[in-house]
Amino acid sequence: MDINKDLVAASATPLVLAILTEGQSYGYAIIKRVGEVSGGELSWTDGMVYPLLHRLERKGLIEAVWGQSETGRRRKYYRLTQAGAEDLARQQRQWQTVDQALRGVWHMVAHPAMQPV
Amino acid sequence: MTNEGLLEERIGEWRQYFRRRQAVRPVDIEELEDHLRSQVDALREAGLNEDEAFLVAVKRLGDLDSVSREFAHEYSERLWKQLVVSPGAGAASLTAHRDTVLAIGLAIAAAVALKIPELFGLHMSGPDADASFYVRNTSLLVLPFLAAFFALKRSLQPGGWFRLALPFIAAGLIVNLLPFKPDGHTLVLAVIHLPIALWLAIGFAYTGGRWRSHEHRMNFVRFSGEWFIYYTLIALGGGILVAFTFFIFEAIGLDAEPLVGRWIVPCGAAGAVLIGAWLVESKQSVIESMAPVLTLLFTPLFTILLLTFVATMIWTGNAIDVGREVLIGFDLLLVVVLGLLLYAISARDSQAPPGKFDRLRLLLVLCALLVDVLALWAMVARTSEFGFSPNKTAALGLNLLLLVNLGWSAVLYARFLANRSSFTLLERWQTTYLPAYAVWAWIVVVIFPAVFKYQ
Repeated sequence: MDINKDLVAASATPLVLAILTEGQSYGYAIIKRVGEVSGGELSWTDGMVYPLLHRLERKGLIEAVWGQSETGRRRKYYRLTQAGAEDLARQQRQWQTVDQALRGVWHMVAHPAMQPV
Repeated sequence: MTNEGLLEERIGEWRQYFRRRQAVRPVDIEELEDHLRSQVDALREAGLNEDEAFLVAVKRLGDLDSVSREFAHEYSERLWKQLVVSPGAGAASLTAHRDTVLAIGLAIAAAVALKIPELFGLHMSGPDADASFYVRNTSLLVLPFLAAFFALKRSLQPGGWFRLALPFIAAGLIVNLLPFKPDGHTLVLAVIHLPIALWLAIGFAYTGGRWRSHEHRMNFVRFSGEWFIYYTLIALGGGILVAFTFFIFEAIGLDAEPLVGRWIVPCGAAGAVLIGAWLVESKQSVIESMAPVLTLLFTPLFTILLLTFVATMIWTGNAIDVGREVLIGFDLLLVVVLGLLLYAISARDSQAPPGKFDRLRLLLVLCALLVDVLALWAMVARTSEFGFSPNKTAALGLNLLLLVNLGWSAVLYARFLANRSSFTLLERWQTTYLPAYAVWAWIVVVIFPAVFKYQ
């Protein structure tokens, strides 16, 4: 499914933060995890994840450390900070509110596309 | 060529191509390359050959232009610098022109302000000189112009101007109205700490009132160091100018002393405060490469000095002979080490992985801490002989303040080197700690005189 760009962008931060609650991770693995949790429906441009990660780091929501991959390459790992966990909780409440409001209206527009004009 | 070699060559080309984008830094490319390789490996496991895997991985990474743009957006500060460094843009040169006029105007104003008291019979030098007035007020006559320079440049709100004026007014009242004994220790201490206390007020103007932001604070630290370098350079040049003034007037049988002592030196020193600040602002790119080079040069030298000192102390068994001067000397040593560290931090790319210079800096900080603790130890052991005079209390207080700053920096640095913490935490610690120095300087200016009965 093609999802609106703005929606993808808006959901990117909570998705990344939530995935990092599972423990530290790196860019490629985070993208893979997003694919898994969305059943492959959400596809990001891979390169865009890195500026986002750097932005979150600058805001202090996550922190980065250099480590090594299984094959010995240098790899940058990210993990959630306390501030990040708090921010995630805040975002979760906001999204749940939006989600609830939308659930309240979906039944009004039961498959309009399928009804004859 | 083998398939493996072909893949390496392709990745090399990709890296070269990416490097040409200025917005993306080498460490970012390294991170993206790790991503690319992970993706290629996964695709090959799924059955694609090297060529196909590489093409698909690059495609998924996204088109380089938009990824670079996204990075540029994130590093908008860097991008801004690249734009400013290349002149030619009409608006930019207009602002530059306005700043030049503003800086020179305020430099002249600061020089004039320093001379105005002479109209009221308060002479700076000569037989009827009122040294005590200038000792108290020199920083108050000059620094407000520097604060005004930034307040104007950053278009401070009226409320901001008011808050900026407060510390200057308070300081003026304190040094002139409190019943200090002439040449008393508390007066000297207050006068020494006053510029530091006011410097933080200038930080308020420099950050345009946004002094809570860590990034703005770090920029102010950067500014302070660069300003110091420029001021030193101007002073060196000024020294040569003064030497020539003496020389050429002597050639025609005149003594240039009145001209130099009364006008050139005081006015030049006052004006240079503004000119230095203006140079830092307008020639950012030039000096930015100079300060890190200086810290790189002196970090190893100071480390060697301290290591040699500790080794000599152990070898000879000589203890540190503590006196007031010694403690002040160790305070200055810690200030220098902190300066080297702070400068390296402010110039360092916070995303870069730990390197050998980081290990060297940690070693320097540890040595300085060790030496200082030894000095403090010697002092505490003999504290009964000393008592708490204002000078010793001020020196000891500053020492403890620096010790806490450097001690925790060392812990954070060690954690960073062990890959257990990110570099930004170290930056944060430095910028969070800055106000402590302002508070201490104000304590010495405001509270010390009363506590020590103006002695």
